[in-house]
Amino acid sequence: MSDNIVGIEYNRVTNTSSTDFPGHQASGDFSWDIEKFKQNFDIDIKYLTERTANFDLVHIDTSIANAFRRIMIAEVPSVAAEAVYMFMNTSVIQDEVLAHRIGLIPLKVDPDLLSWVDKTQDENNRYTEDNTIVLSLDVVCTKNPNAPKNSTNAKELYRNSHVYASDLKFEPHGSQLEKFKNNPVVPADPNILLAKLRPGQEISLRAHCILGIGSDHAKFSPVATASYRLMPVIDIREPITGALAVNFQKCFPPGVIGINDQGEAYVQDARKDTVSREVLRHEEFDGKVKLGRKRDHFIFNVESTGAMSPEEIFFKSVRVLKNKVEYLRNCPIGQ
Amino acid sequence: MPPKRKASRVAAESDEAFQELFQPEYKGKKLTDEINTAEDKWNLLPAFLKVKGLVKQHLDSFNYFVDTDLKKIIKANELVLSDVDPEFYLKYLDIRVGHRSKTPNDKLVLMPPHQCRLRDLTYSAPIFVDVEYTRGRKIIVHTDLEIGRMPIMLRSNKCILDGADDNTMARYDECPLDPGGYFIVNGTEKVILVQEQLSKNRIIVEADEKKGIVQASVTSSTHERKSKTYVITKNDKIYLKHNSISEDIPIVIILKAAGITSDLEILQLVCGSDPNYQDLFVVNFEEAARLEVFTQQQALNYVGKRVKTIRRAGAPKLSQLQEGIEAIATTIIAHLTVSDLQFKEKALYIATMARRVIMTMHNPTMVDDRDYVGNKRLELAGQLMSLLFEDLFKKFNSDFKANIDKVLKKPSRTSEFDALLSINIHSNNITMGLNRAISTGNWSLKRFKMERAGVTHVLSRLSYISALGMMTRISSQFEKSRKVSGPRALQPSQFGMLCTSDTPEGEACGLVKNLALMTHITTDDEELPIKKLCYMLGCEPILGVDSATLHDEGNFGIHVNGTLVGTTRFPGKFVENFRKLRRTGKVSAFISIHTNTHQQAVHIATDGGRICRPLIIVENGKSKVTAEHLLKLKKGEWAFDDFLVHGLVEYLDVNEENDSLIALYEENINENSVPTTHLEIEPFTVLGAVAGLIPYPHHNQSPRNTYQCAMGKQAIGAIAYNQFRRIDTLLYFMVYPQQPMVKTKTIELIDYDKLPAGQNATVAVMSYSGYDIEDALVLNKASIDRGFGRCQVVRKNTIQLKRYPNHTKDILSGMRVDEHGNPIFPHQALGPDGLGEVGARIENGQIYANKFVPTNAGESALGGASEPTNVESHRETPAYYKGPEPSYVDQVMMSVSDNDQALIKVLLRQTRRPELGDKFSSRHGQKGVCGIIVQQEDLPFNDMGISPDIIMNPHGFPSRMTVGKMIELISGKAGVLNGTLEYGTCFGGSKLEDMSKILVDKGFSYSGKDMLYSGITGECLQAYIFFGPIYYQKLKHMVLDKMHARARGPRAVLTRQPTEGRSRDGGLRLGEMERDCVIAYGASQLLLERLMISSDAFEVDICNKCGLMGYNSWCTTCKSSENIIKMTIPCAAKLLFQELLSMNIAPRLRLGDVF
Repeated sequence: MSDNIVGIEYNRVTNTSSTDFPGHQASGDFSWDIEKFKQNFDIDIKYLTERTANFDLVHIDTSIANAFRRIMIAEVPSVAAEAVYMFMNTSVIQDEVLAHRIGLIPLKVDPDLLSWVDKTQDENNRYTEDNTIVLSLDVVCTKNPNAPKNSTNAKELYRNSHVYASDLKFEPHGSQLEKFKNNPVVPADPNILLAKLRPGQEISLRAHCILGIGSDHAKFSPVATASYRLMPVIDIREPITGALAVNFQKCFPPGVIGINDQGEAYVQDARKDTVSREVLRHEEFDGKVKLGRKRDHFIFNVESTGAMSPEEIFFKSVRVLKNKVEYLRNCPIGQ
Repeated sequence: MPPKRKASRVAAESDEAFQELFQPEYKGKKLTDEINTAEDKWNLLPAFLKVKGLVKQHLDSFNYFVDTDLKKIIKANELVLSDVDPEFYLKYLDIRVGHRSKTPNDKLVLMPPHQCRLRDLTYSAPIFVDVEYTRGRKIIVHTDLEIGRMPIMLRSNKCILDGADDNTMARYDECPLDPGGYFIVNGTEKVILVQEQLSKNRIIVEADEKKGIVQASVTSSTHERKSKTYVITKNDKIYLKHNSISEDIPIVIILKAAGITSDLEILQLVCGSDPNYQDLFVVNFEEAARLEVFTQQQALNYVGKRVKTIRRAGAPKLSQLQEGIEAIATTIIAHLTVSDLQFKEKALYIATMARRVIMTMHNPTMVDDRDYVGNKRLELAGQLMSLLFEDLFKKFNSDFKANIDKVLKKPSRTSEFDALLSINIHSNNITMGLNRAISTGNWSLKRFKMERAGVTHVLSRLSYISALGMMTRISSQFEKSRKVSGPRALQPSQFGMLCTSDTPEGEACGLVKNLALMTHITTDDEELPIKKLCYMLGCEPILGVDSATLHDEGNFGIHVNGTLVGTTRFPGKFVENFRKLRRTGKVSAFISIHTNTHQQAVHIATDGGRICRPLIIVENGKSKVTAEHLLKLKKGEWAFDDFLVHGLVEYLDVNEENDSLIALYEENINENSVPTTHLEIEPFTVLGAVAGLIPYPHHNQSPRNTYQCAMGKQAIGAIAYNQFRRIDTLLYFMVYPQQPMVKTKTIELIDYDKLPAGQNATVAVMSYSGYDIEDALVLNKASIDRGFGRCQVVRKNTIQLKRYPNHTKDILSGMRVDEHGNPIFPHQALGPDGLGEVGARIENGQIYANKFVPTNAGESALGGASEPTNVESHRETPAYYKGPEPSYVDQVMMSVSDNDQALIKVLLRQTRRPELGDKFSSRHGQKGVCGIIVQQEDLPFNDMGISPDIIMNPHGFPSRMTVGKMIELISGKAGVLNGTLEYGTCFGGSKLEDMSKILVDKGFSYSGKDMLYSGITGECLQAYIFFGPIYYQKLKHMVLDKMHARARGPRAVLTRQPTEGRSRDGGLRLGEMERDCVIAYGASQLLLERLMISSDAFEVDICNKCGLMGYNSWCTTCKSSENIIKMTIPCAAKLLFQELLSMNIAPRLRLGDVF
């Protein structure tokens, strides 16, 4: 199976591309077989939280894994503010910058509840209750009459001196009243600072939030990032013992290399390795260890921005990929 | 035996010292602790900057001018007398700027500087004088008479911002980090650049080896006059040359004229007892003997005969002898004043010059170096202002005198004449004169025939750094066009005084310099007390010195500001004692003293304009600054001046520096035969403020640092804390500026971390897509979406509403509406007041100020007065917005300018995200334009899912050798992972080994190279990629400001060819080289189309009979339409024919068939 391992050398990476397609090699067939795939393919979920998912896809081709990654970043739709209507902005922050900041706030909305905006429509008819969520921001900063004496803290001295994402208020329109009854639209992170105000300054605006995809603008990307890494492989060719073993252990992050009772180093958990290649720098380990990574073992890490759960994002990426495949299959060229 | 005993004692002592070392605690510090003087002595630098600031030289100079120099000027011009009335006089008693006599501490409340900026006014304070004058028989004293207004340098001691804390500054709408040091004249900020000149009143010896000429010259400069005296060799004989003497005077004659009549004494004064010098000099006696000049009388006559006399009318004619005396007393070496015809000093001065010439003739290496920084003086704002003010003040007085003479001439006056009534008439002259000079930069002084242009510059507010860089700039008086390398070269004597990196490229290279971080420029000090001090320290007064022993071996002359004042036999002792006095503060710290053993001279300098810098004094091999002192500094008990007062630190100028042995680091101090005298405070102070931004500059190829110095000033960032209150012609802001991950100590000292200009971009050094060749950068679209490189461009548009003499005035009018009641397109951004509404979007062709001008504005006031004024008709003259991208109205300011006219400023803002072709640069002189913007998912990513903001092509490294950039990346990466800001200070900073250690500890490769996955295929890249944060600056050159294309458009009136340049929507020229290509290719039709049809085709009627041009199918020459042929020629050709015709040359065309 060594041809399935990406070689990590001191100054280069070898064997990066897979060669397992039909007819390429004398040994092995490699023709695509759904049954074989079903048998081999493995998903191993390491942990799932509200914002992060960490799971392994094993025995899958790089192109498919990468497609999921790319789609999660750029093509899974999510909702973000697109048009901001300023009624009043006397703060120091300029309209465009404030609008940009509002646009970047992740919103907790199920994107399936909205339909796509028709960009061909003119601006007055473009936004409807089906495709647009209206958020409003109306804050006026005033002096706090009961501020403690000698305080220099703006939060104590003034009211509404800091405008946070949580100050954005959902304004349901028409059917939205029903649709969003149980889960009103709120920013996923309430403590994002939008602007700072001082007494007499005021912000009043409406933000129209619509469906979009990450390749249009990063604000529509549902993930902070979604990426994978390959499973590290540490192959100890010759036994490493004694003081050398301790040094060997130090070349890896804690928990990767263990030392057994005989004082011999063994691989405890290669998954924890960050592949810093530190071990390759030391001459004493020359030839004793071979580093590599499993080419078809992808350790996925999906960080959601909060609008959707990370697993949902992944499922949606699968859906998008399926649609693409469906589209391709129906393309006249394919026939 | 004694030496041995001593040795053993030393051994015992060192043993003891060793024992102490073995103790776990040594003087309160553990062995492992670093010796903190070496580490912490850099704290002196912030202490220095706290006291001095970066622009202290400007402020000191201006303060000296208004506090001291003004009073001197008044003193020198104190009396105004009348030619008519001998009884009348007016005497100036005192002068003050900015406060009245009764309230010396209460400054007048001036209009705050920021208001002056906004309202296009001049930030100035009144100049008050106290005068005493006669009115009839009475003597009257009048105080606080205002004679004009003086522009005030910001943050000088006359400025309201002087000593203001941050809160006060905020209340005045000022940025507390703004350095000051500039003027505000008519709303623009003007800097008077520091001017570099050859030092005045000093002998400079130069030699032309080819011609065998040696010359010693001295430029005498006093308040009254400027002149240059030369002592030169001609055919191995020595002469004195001066502009006001028509012929060169043999040196012996001039010395005889100056009262040294004995040949022996002349020989002694010039040559001493050195036979070599005597042999060289004797020929000069022959010359004098040949000319039969033996006595002083004869010599004076000889000189007097050759003086060019420019006599004012009415002055009595002088005899030749008197002319000679006058010449020697006043014109030759004018800076030495002669009293009671005591010429000895002057004779000695000339003899010294002659001696220097002889020495150089004997040994050509004795010439002086013009480019040596010690021979340069810096002229600052104060000196220039003082020249200007004196000129204006003299003019003011002469105008005033002319005025009172006119009044006093009248035989009978009804009332007693009060001179003060007429003094006020001229007060505008001083104000206007000062304002005009500063705002135009033309310094024209008739007194010195000085005509200097470009003295002042508009303070560049592109970024904080560009403003700061401007304040430390020094411009040289050399012409830029001359091809000489000397003045442009880096001088070793610049070390620590002038920045070694910061100079522009191109024609001004090496001529424009910048001050280093820790420098001070001296102001004038009194000379007299220093002379007295010299005598007290055992200097024999020169007038009492025997000529025979003057140049004896071991007899050192003592020169104060270049003038010999005495001699001493113990120069070492003398200098030591003098320095001791200076270190104890008995003498000003900025007076320098040094010994020149070649000239056997001790030079003391008290004049202004010398650059000097503080150094730690080393005595007996030990730095005088110890940990204990630094502790006091850290605790705030001591300020920088305490170190001066306690004699731990002193200022050295370049000349004195050359007399010292300065250790760079504490471990370099030695006590050998030449013991160390001083210790550097911090080596990185060789760089200036701008070069100090570069991390690890000592790892870079030196031109790269120079490039960065130029580019750092173009970086978009934060300008000042009051940047949103400013209304400047053009301002650039960065939306999200960041302080650099890799800082330097300089960055903290100059507060660049508070007003940064750039962002920390994650950079992958790799090739990607091919759109990154030739230094182009690949940008990440998602980063741009999130705000990377986003900037704002703010432009001012000024509208003035004028009032006309016929009582009409410009008005603003509201918007016009179409049939639906909506405003017409050009008026969409307008409000009811006819001005753009704040926040409104304004597109190409829309109006931001709807101004109307009265149609009868030109009519005279007299005619129009009788007519009813309400039938005024107005013409529309709106201000249109022009630009490819819309802008938003940021601010609208309405005010009243100086002459009661309404002043409106409309500030338009654009927010720009980076696009293809925008220019970026790292801090290592590596600039590049954005070549492609790539989707995030296509970019490579590392194990943690990080994708780069910028991809830079690795070909940028080998030839540029910017190793500092690589180390910045590694340090920055370590800092990010560690949660710290790392330092890349010059000659110091975070060590690469430590940074690599952090990287390894955090699970990264020590080299900074990561394994990346391709974003497109998802596979691993075959090479490890150098990956980490580098501070990138966005430069002001943006595509949006440069893009230009045209199909059809405006044409020039005369030639009918397309106009030139983007601003006029001009065409793109197919130039002569392109034309050559087309000709060579043989594409004649293309040539015809490009050069004529698409340019200035003109149909013309040619008469084939006379060959001249006709009109309307009619030849006016032949009076027929018979042979008229229509043809197309370039309009330029037609124009040429007509112009030739107009000078009586008839170009005739003969037309024939081509095919």
